[in-house]
Amino acid sequence: MTKTILTVDDSASMRMLLKATLTAQGFHIETANDGEHGFERFQEVTPDLLITDINMPRLDGFGLIEAVRGIHGFRGVPILVLSTEFSDEKKTRARTAGATGWITKPFNADKLGAAIRRVCP
Amino acid sequence: MSDGFDDIQAIFFEECAEGLACAEQGLTAMAAGAASADVVAAVFRAVHSIKGGSGAFGHDALLAFSHSFENLLDAVRAGRIAATPAVAQVMLAALDVLSDHVAAAQGKAALPDDAVALAALETVLTGGAAPVPAPVAAPVAMPVVAPAGDDFDFVPVGVDLDLFDDLTAPAVEAVSEPGWRVRFVPSRAALANGGEPLLVVRELERLGGIATVVAPIAVPPLRDLDPEGAYLGWTIAMPGTVTEQDIAECFDFVVPDAVIEIVRDAPASMPAPPQPLPLPAAIECDSCPPLPPEVPAAPTEARTSDSQTQTIRIDVAKLDMLLNLVGELVIRNSILSDRLAPVDQQRAELPQLTRLTREIQDNVMSLRAQPLRQSFSRVPRMLRDLCAETSKRVALEISGENTEVDKSVIEKIGDPLTHMIRNAVDHGIERCADRIAAGKPAEGRLTLSAEQRGARIIIRVRDDGRGIDRARVLAKAIEIGLVAPDAVLTDEEIDQLICAPGFSTAERVSNISGRGVGMDVVRSNVEALGGRIEIESQPGVGTVFTMILPLTLAILDGMIIRLAGQRYVLPLASVVESVRPEPGQVRRVTPGAEVIELRGEFVPVKRLGDLFAMRREAAPSPEESIIIMVDSDAAGRVGLMVDTIEERREVVIKSLDRHLYPIRGLGGATILGDGSIALIMDVDALVAAVPAAAAKYTMKGLAA
Repeated sequence: MTKTILTVDDSASMRMLLKATLTAQGFHIETANDGEHGFERFQEVTPDLLITDINMPRLDGFGLIEAVRGIHGFRGVPILVLSTEFSDEKKTRARTAGATGWITKPFNADKLGAAIRRVCP
Repeated sequence: MSDGFDDIQAIFFEECAEGLACAEQGLTAMAAGAASADVVAAVFRAVHSIKGGSGAFGHDALLAFSHSFENLLDAVRAGRIAATPAVAQVMLAALDVLSDHVAAAQGKAALPDDAVALAALETVLTGGAAPVPAPVAAPVAMPVVAPAGDDFDFVPVGVDLDLFDDLTAPAVEAVSEPGWRVRFVPSRAALANGGEPLLVVRELERLGGIATVVAPIAVPPLRDLDPEGAYLGWTIAMPGTVTEQDIAECFDFVVPDAVIEIVRDAPASMPAPPQPLPLPAAIECDSCPPLPPEVPAAPTEARTSDSQTQTIRIDVAKLDMLLNLVGELVIRNSILSDRLAPVDQQRAELPQLTRLTREIQDNVMSLRAQPLRQSFSRVPRMLRDLCAETSKRVALEISGENTEVDKSVIEKIGDPLTHMIRNAVDHGIERCADRIAAGKPAEGRLTLSAEQRGARIIIRVRDDGRGIDRARVLAKAIEIGLVAPDAVLTDEEIDQLICAPGFSTAERVSNISGRGVGMDVVRSNVEALGGRIEIESQPGVGTVFTMILPLTLAILDGMIIRLAGQRYVLPLASVVESVRPEPGQVRRVTPGAEVIELRGEFVPVKRLGDLFAMRREAAPSPEESIIIMVDSDAAGRVGLMVDTIEERREVVIKSLDRHLYPIRGLGGATILGDGSIALIMDVDALVAAVPAAAAKYTMKGLAA
């Protein structure tokens, strides 16, 4: 069955790039443009995987991850952070919030696919 | 929607432009001493997004520069460096370079020299961050440096593999490389956060691994068994051809406290492994470092609560389509009302429909309306560049940037605005020394203002420079054959000459202006928008360029008049009143000029038929006509003599075909309720065309 991935990023080009890349790899992609919107979309589409940016207006990636993990039924959904940031402090925070893994932008299509398969059967 | 790479990249550049404008605003505020956390966060986000996209699209230089810029912004955001105006100035300068980098990435410009800006950023970063230099100042090994193969062959994922660095064997032994033995014991937390150890094992298998041992590890008695615990361990044999990095990457997302060992099988015939491995190489291989015992309570500081309203991006083509459809709806509405019997017109439904149509129309128009801020926000940067190039000092004052104008207008005023400002700085404002000599403050002043007046938008660029040197302008115009040597021109006419094609008085061709394209381009752009340019200049005091533009290009409140059996539309915005003259009220003062006496004042009257050079056998006398008093920016109040007035109606403007455009006084055409076509008059051009008609037609002819 086609896996649904929700990608949350405030940059339209990044959303489109992700969508184009991942659609080509056989995923179904839903998008949202910030944390709050992402949380709404998450509840609507209940994706198999969430890929989120960190720096976003309204609600950032950490907040989004906490919000998702705050709902019991969503604890098992893998969450990947896709960010240009890469400091250990940020990664620790993401992990604490409930992220499954961290990918540093810019991404490469193959590696991104591999990373997704690593968390999403 | 197509999601071809170029399309996405185009959107990325659009975002860059928005980001740059946003950062410019934020930094300008910061430079003025107003640096709130929100402002800093917004600037950070803007630069951060540019960096994120630039990597993805393979613009390495842009990526590298935005990365350095972001480092400083991060330090400011975290409070390690105070957001002082001085710091803001450094960042403003860096922003200029960043925007050059963006232009370079777009292929619009050469790669800028960013060494100075980088050094300045670095100085602030290291100088200001003295107390805690480590986390920020360390030049971070980013994927930046990795040379990208081609545009789409991305730089590798920046997975932190530092922990492996001391383990990574040079792995140069060729031929039959010994295999790897990988041991993996997931921890209790392995299943937390949606992790799934089995997927790691599967991925290793995909790389050619074979699970040689799968064994339970220290399973406690059932009573003590933790149902969420992990009690299985795998030993997997990997072929030697797989690199250690590939294996390690499989464990990227495994929680830190798992046991992961990656060991080369001891090769039978080979000497000791190139590097002694630390015995049980329990590697915490993860992009997330181990949690410190006390987790710093993630504060909510990063949740910048922007009061930003949520927006969606719509293809302008769709809006245009909608606008067109609404236009049609307006027309159909009037056709319907024309066709209905008077009794039916009185019923509630028609007025309701009309009101709804009007509301829809207003709303659609407001969708396209955008504040002028967008166009104005580019000005400060431009001015800084201009000042640097001309070594003049100019202070900028902007007002009315919230005035909303139709998008089509905004898009088209960018170039004219740029030219006007360049012109003002290059030709208008004097060098500091000259200014002081003239008794003016050393710093020039440029005022950019916008206001809405009726259905018009008025944009002014005012400088306090030397004004137009009319003698020189006239001499030049005669020299290039623009006017006859013996022509006598008024000051206004001379000022207008600077808008003539190919006109330039600049003695040397500077980078900024003086290439002979400029004000004529401004004029033709503005006229193409249905607007006009006015120039007011006082020698020694300054010059004001005024662009008068229609607020919207689509719908117009018009008065339908009839002339020689044809219907025309006069924009209602310029109509003041209409008069049916009494005998003797209209008088001929000279053979070519008539006036109407109205409440004790004399107002010039133009016969519209004459303005359009209609040869009419039996033109009605003034007493049989209607005189419509119009206000024009160019000639003040003027009476236009027409045959009759039919009605007032909203009309949808359709632009005229190119071959009709040179006819002065026509602003467009429209379709009336009965389906016939009526020409829309441009009152200002019509009235202004009269006094110096010959000269203007010539210039217009040259411009076309």
